[in-house]
Amino acid sequence: MPKLFTGAEIVFKALEDQKVDYIFGYPGGAVLPIYDELKNHKSIKHILARHEQGAGHAAEGYARSSGKPGILLVTSGPGATNAVTALTDAYMDSVPLVCISGQVPTHLIGTDAFQECDTTGITRPCTKHNWLVKDVNDLARVLHLAFEVATTGRPGPVLVDIPKDIQFKKGKYSFSKSTLKKKLNGRATHKISNNELDKFIDLLKKSSKPIFYTGGGVINSGPQASEYLRELVSLTGFPITSTLQGLGAYPGDDPQFLGMLGMHGTFEANNAMHDCDLMINIGARFDDRITGKVDEFSPGSKKIHVDIDPSSIGKNIKVDLAIVSDVSEFLKSLIKRFKEKNKNFLSSNKQKTSKWWSTIEKWREKKSLNFINSNKIIKPQHAVQRLYELTKDKDTFVTTEVGQHQMWAAQHYKFNKPNRWMTSGGLGTMGYGLPAAIGVQIANPGKLVVDIAGEASVLMTMQEMSTAVQYKLPIKIFILNNEYMGMVRQWQELLHEKNYSESYTAALPDFVKLAESYGCVGMRAKTPDELDEKIKEMVNIDRPVIFDCLVDKAENCFPMIPSGKPHNQMILGPEEEEEISDEGKILV
Amino acid sequence: MAKSKSAYSVPGKIGKIERHIIVVWVDNEAGVLARIAGLFSGRGYNIESLAVAEVDKKKHISRITIVTEGTPQVIEQINLQLKKLVPVHKVADFKRGEKDILFRELALFKMLANANKQEKIKKICKKFNPVVLDKTNKSFVIQVTALRAEIDKLAIDLKRLGLISTSRTGAVAMTKGPKVFN
Repeated sequence: MPKLFTGAEIVFKALEDQKVDYIFGYPGGAVLPIYDELKNHKSIKHILARHEQGAGHAAEGYARSSGKPGILLVTSGPGATNAVTALTDAYMDSVPLVCISGQVPTHLIGTDAFQECDTTGITRPCTKHNWLVKDVNDLARVLHLAFEVATTGRPGPVLVDIPKDIQFKKGKYSFSKSTLKKKLNGRATHKISNNELDKFIDLLKKSSKPIFYTGGGVINSGPQASEYLRELVSLTGFPITSTLQGLGAYPGDDPQFLGMLGMHGTFEANNAMHDCDLMINIGARFDDRITGKVDEFSPGSKKIHVDIDPSSIGKNIKVDLAIVSDVSEFLKSLIKRFKEKNKNFLSSNKQKTSKWWSTIEKWREKKSLNFINSNKIIKPQHAVQRLYELTKDKDTFVTTEVGQHQMWAAQHYKFNKPNRWMTSGGLGTMGYGLPAAIGVQIANPGKLVVDIAGEASVLMTMQEMSTAVQYKLPIKIFILNNEYMGMVRQWQELLHEKNYSESYTAALPDFVKLAESYGCVGMRAKTPDELDEKIKEMVNIDRPVIFDCLVDKAENCFPMIPSGKPHNQMILGPEEEEEISDEGKILV
Repeated sequence: MAKSKSAYSVPGKIGKIERHIIVVWVDNEAGVLARIAGLFSGRGYNIESLAVAEVDKKKHISRITIVTEGTPQVIEQINLQLKKLVPVHKVADFKRGEKDILFRELALFKMLANANKQEKIKKICKKFNPVVLDKTNKSFVIQVTALRAEIDKLAIDLKRLGLISTSRTGAVAMTKGPKVFN
C-alpha cells in the first residue's frame, strides 16, 4: 500500500519536485486547504498580492526575468476571474505560468454555489491548456503535465482547477522526471536538417540587402540564444532590428543594431525592413504593429522565419523558408554549419552589403528618435534618457505599463542583456508594470528594478505597492506624469480632431502622499535641472519609491507609422503630421 | 505622401475560398468539444457541420469530423491551431472533391404523405440507400445516406411532397483502399 497524501499535500509535493520557490497568490474559501498546508513547506514562499491580477502579473515578471515558470494560486469565482487578465497577458506574450485555482466542492459544481464560476470554461481561450481535477489520484499527473505544457514549446499559461473536496481527499503521489522533455507544443523535437541549414546559408550569401528581425522567441529560448544571435550577427555583419519583446537579446548600443521596428520603431529599422532583399525573422511573429499594411510589407524581400510555434509561420505573412525550431538549438546548428563552410564571410561579403549599409546610415542621419528638448519643462523622452544614463552601469531591470511611456522606454532605454525588459506587448495591459516589478524583484534580489510608468496605467494596480512594502521590495515606480492617458490623447489629436474625450484624468492623487501612506518613499521632479539629482537619490534609496516625474502634457510619441501606411511612410515629428484617411481611423 | 488605403483590418488579396473536411482524433475528455468549437469561434473560423463520437472505447479516442470553409491560408491555420491543442492526437485535412476520400452524411426525413405519395418519395430517394424506419397511414420516416449536396437537394425536392422535419448528422469521412490516415 503506497503512502497516501491529501490533495493539498500533493499540490506542494508537486511544486517541490518542480523546484518552485515562490508562489504569488491570494487566499479564499475554496483554496483554504492548500493555504493550510503552506506552513509545512518551508522551501516555498508565498507572496501575498492585493488583487489576483497583481499576483498574476507579479508571477509573469518573475517568470520573464528568471526564465522559470511563475506560479499563481487563487481562489474560486472572483479569484479566478480576476486572474484572467494576467493569464491572457501571459498567453499573448508567451510567458510560462502555472495557475492553481480553488473550486467549489465537486458535488456543488453546476449549482451556482457561492463563489462558483466555470473557471475552466472562462480560461480555456486564454491558457495553453487547463484541467478540472475531479479525482485526487489524477492530481499529481495533472500538475506535472501542467508544468510541462507551460514550459515546453512556445511557453504560456496553464490552469489547474481543484475542487475543495479534492484538496482534502487522500490519494497517491508519483513523479517521474522523464516526463520533462523539450517538446514543440507537445510534439517531439524537430530535427534540424542540413538541407534546411544550407538553404538558410545560401539565402544569406545571395543577399545584398539583408536584415535580421528578431523577437521575444530569442529571449524565451534562454540566455544561450542571445549569445548565439550575437555571434551570428557579428559573423555576417548584417544589420539587426528587434521587436518590442525582443529588446535586450542583442545589445541596444551596438552599431549593427538599428533600434526597435514597428509602429513606433526607428526610421532606419522600418525603412530597412521595407527595402531589404532578405528578411531573417528569428522568434518574432509578424504582429500587426510590426507589419503595418500587409500588402505593402517588405514587398521585395525573401523571408526566412524561425519559430517554435508552427502556427505562427504563414499566419500573417507568407515566407520563403520556414523553420520550426527552438531558436537556441537552431542557431547553434546554423553557426556550426556556417563557420565550417564560410571561413572569411565577413570580409569577403563586406563589399556586397556596403551600399546597403550606406543607405542605412543615411536613414540614421534623420535621427528619428530626436525630440525638441526644453529647459523649463521635463520632456518624457529626456526623463527616460536620463534614467538610462544614470542606471546603465547597474544591472537594471525595467518593466513598463502600457502607452506612450512604454514606447519612449523602448526607444530610449538601451538594453544589453536578455530578461531585463518586461513589458506587456501582445495584450497591452495597463497596470502590468508595477506588479511585474514585484515579481522581478523577488527573482532578482539586490538588483535595481524600475517600472517606467504612466500615471493612468499605474493607478490600475497601485494597490500592489502595499505588497512591495510588506516584502521590503525596493522597486522604483518612475511615473511619467502628464495627467493624460497619453497614447489615447495622441490618437485623439491625430485621428479625432483633437476631441480629447475622457482621456484626461482630473483629481489624480498626490503620488508623493500616496507613497507615504503606503509606507514607501515619494519623490517629485518638476523641472529638468532637478531631474538628475532626484533620479540619483531614487536609485540610492533601498526602499520602494514612487517617483512622480511631471512631464510635458502635450508631447507625442514619434516616429510613428500611421494606420493604413506601409513602413516607408513614417511620421517623424510634429511638423510632419498630416490628415489620416478615414479608413485609417478605424484601425487603431 | 500619397493617400493609401487602410492596412490592419482589410485583408489584401483574399484567396479562393475552399471547402475542407477536417478529421480530428482527440482524447474523449470533459470539455474537449468546447476546446475545438471555441478555437473555431474564437478565431473566426466557420463550422458548417460537425460530427463526433468515440471510436476507441479502450483508449477513449473520439473522432471529430468538421466541414469548414476558408482560404488556403485559413485552412492551414485551422490545421496548425488544432494540432496545438493538448488533447488532439492527429489532424487530417481533405479537400472537398478529393478522389480517394469517401464522404457520407446520414439524414432522417419525416414526411406527411399518404401511401400514394410514399411510393413517389421512395423513388426519389432510391439512389441514396433509403430505409423506411417508421410508417403510419399519414406519415413516414425515411433514412438516407448520401453526400451533403445530395441531401441538400433531396430536402428541397421533398419539401413539396410533405417534408415536415429533417435531422442530419453532418458529414463523416474515410479514406479509400487499405490505407488509414496516420
